[in-house]
Amino acid sequence: MAEKVFEKAVTLPVPRPRTRVINLTWLGVVPFFAFSLLFLFLPSLYLVFGSFQDETGSFTLANIGDLFQPFILNSYWLSIQVSGVTAIGGVIFGFGLAYASIRGGLPRWIRGALMTFSGVASNFAGIPLAFAFIATLGRTGFVTLLFKNVLGLSLYNGGFSLYTFWGLSLTYMYFQFPLMVLIIAPAIDGLKRQWREAAENLGATSFQYWRYIALPILSPALLGTGVLLFGNAFGAYATAFALTSGTINLVTIQIGAEIRGDVLHNPGLGYALALGMIVIMAVSISISLWLQQRTARWLQ
Amino acid sequence: MKKQRFWPLMMILLGAFYFLIPLYATFEFSLRERRGEYSFDAYGNVLGDPQFRDSFVYSVLLALATIVVSLLLIVPTAFWVHLKLPRLRPVIEFITLLPFVVPPIVLVFGLIRIYSRPPFVLVSSPALLVAGYVVLSFPYMYRAVDTGLRAIDVRSLTEAAQSLGAGWLTILLHVIFPNLRVSLLNGAFLTFAIVLGEFTMATMLNWPTFGPYLALVGQNRAYEPAALAILSFGLTWICVGLIQLFSRGSPEQGQLAGTH
Repeated sequence: MAEKVFEKAVTLPVPRPRTRVINLTWLGVVPFFAFSLLFLFLPSLYLVFGSFQDETGSFTLANIGDLFQPFILNSYWLSIQVSGVTAIGGVIFGFGLAYASIRGGLPRWIRGALMTFSGVASNFAGIPLAFAFIATLGRTGFVTLLFKNVLGLSLYNGGFSLYTFWGLSLTYMYFQFPLMVLIIAPAIDGLKRQWREAAENLGATSFQYWRYIALPILSPALLGTGVLLFGNAFGAYATAFALTSGTINLVTIQIGAEIRGDVLHNPGLGYALALGMIVIMAVSISISLWLQQRTARWLQ
Repeated sequence: MKKQRFWPLMMILLGAFYFLIPLYATFEFSLRERRGEYSFDAYGNVLGDPQFRDSFVYSVLLALATIVVSLLLIVPTAFWVHLKLPRLRPVIEFITLLPFVVPPIVLVFGLIRIYSRPPFVLVSSPALLVAGYVVLSFPYMYRAVDTGLRAIDVRSLTEAAQSLGAGWLTILLHVIFPNLRVSLLNGAFLTFAIVLGEFTMATMLNWPTFGPYLALVGQNRAYEPAALAILSFGLTWICVGLIQLFSRGSPEQGQLAGTH
């Protein structure tokens, strides 16, 4: 690097004679690439190719076609709904919390506490999270009993159940919005106070400031994180499995059942399910990365 | 100028309620084992259960193995790319992000299908599970190491060591590793937290780790799961707390979520 800069500055007229030595520097990255090939690329490609093969190994589109039966479509739809709702909820609630703690004029320790808690909560997931919500909102959970004994309201007679869509979404929110808080905090720090002051000096209302300045700057970050949260919920398995004992019809639950070998009796369909999942995840992660790059230029 | 603090305060209170109520509820629930009075019986049952100890120790060992393999793969690679092959950096970054695209349930599906038949039969060895966990740790480990490498002058350190006669192994072990201590600890604790409670891969590959043990208790007992949830929360807290303790002063160490 340094040599290059030097070269440019002095603009040597004569090109340096090239020494041709066999280049072996690439050997240093072989272990990493070999490992990734064996345990990341090959397994993924195996599923991709498997979804275009029938039992005899010849090419077919039947597995992809099988995805379009109502039962499978419903599982994708439910996964998309849960991921969508918790992503949107996570973005709104997480942003509100992060903004309130950073720019709300509250004591500084609140921000520190929120960040620590978010770090813990975004990693507190899977089986223990399901247990915590069963103890809170299950049939004999703390909050359920509180509603019954204090307010005389029976949540479960009122149509709520922890083990269906809204219950699962509420549970996922516990790791979704802390993740939002962690990712969006630097973007909020990047919103310069001077911008708001300048806008106010020019007579802008609070609404105008948000509508014309803050949101346009933050929107790639908000959208990008939203898509990331979507993927985060879409790939989740353990929490849903423990919460519903595997009875809720999510894509991940279907794939899990297929691995355990007790439902579809059709490995090709299992591969196709996994392929569909990889495609949706790839699209959402790509959008998220692209949007986050667009945010990066505002934040140093 | 101090404007209305009402809404920010309401927001924080709402957040605090949502964060804390499930924790309080779980704690309260975990004390209900004895009829009519609070007790720590559920904790006693859990901690006295030999299966708890076995599965926990097993998970800790797997986590340590994962950390060692992950460090051995990521640190030399990131160092080498930093020093000699900067053009490969986007490629490595891309690969280490792929575990987000291929969720654990899909990855383990592929692993089982490939490694359950000749020429490579690995499903009967815990090495396959460790390999899967190493892949899961890629995004966190690489990001931590990369951040660390950016903060030090790798080239000067390497050249100084070389001019003093050090070989590559010496440079890695005695120069690069110590300088990356904070980043490595970050990556290691995050990996530890992720592997310790991991359920999806362990259950699909049929290993008696902590995650499947939790699920089993959840199916058979009433109050012990709540006690286990509290214990797990405490453990996660310790891991994240240690990360924050070590990275004090160096902001923005990526500590984002694990497996759900």
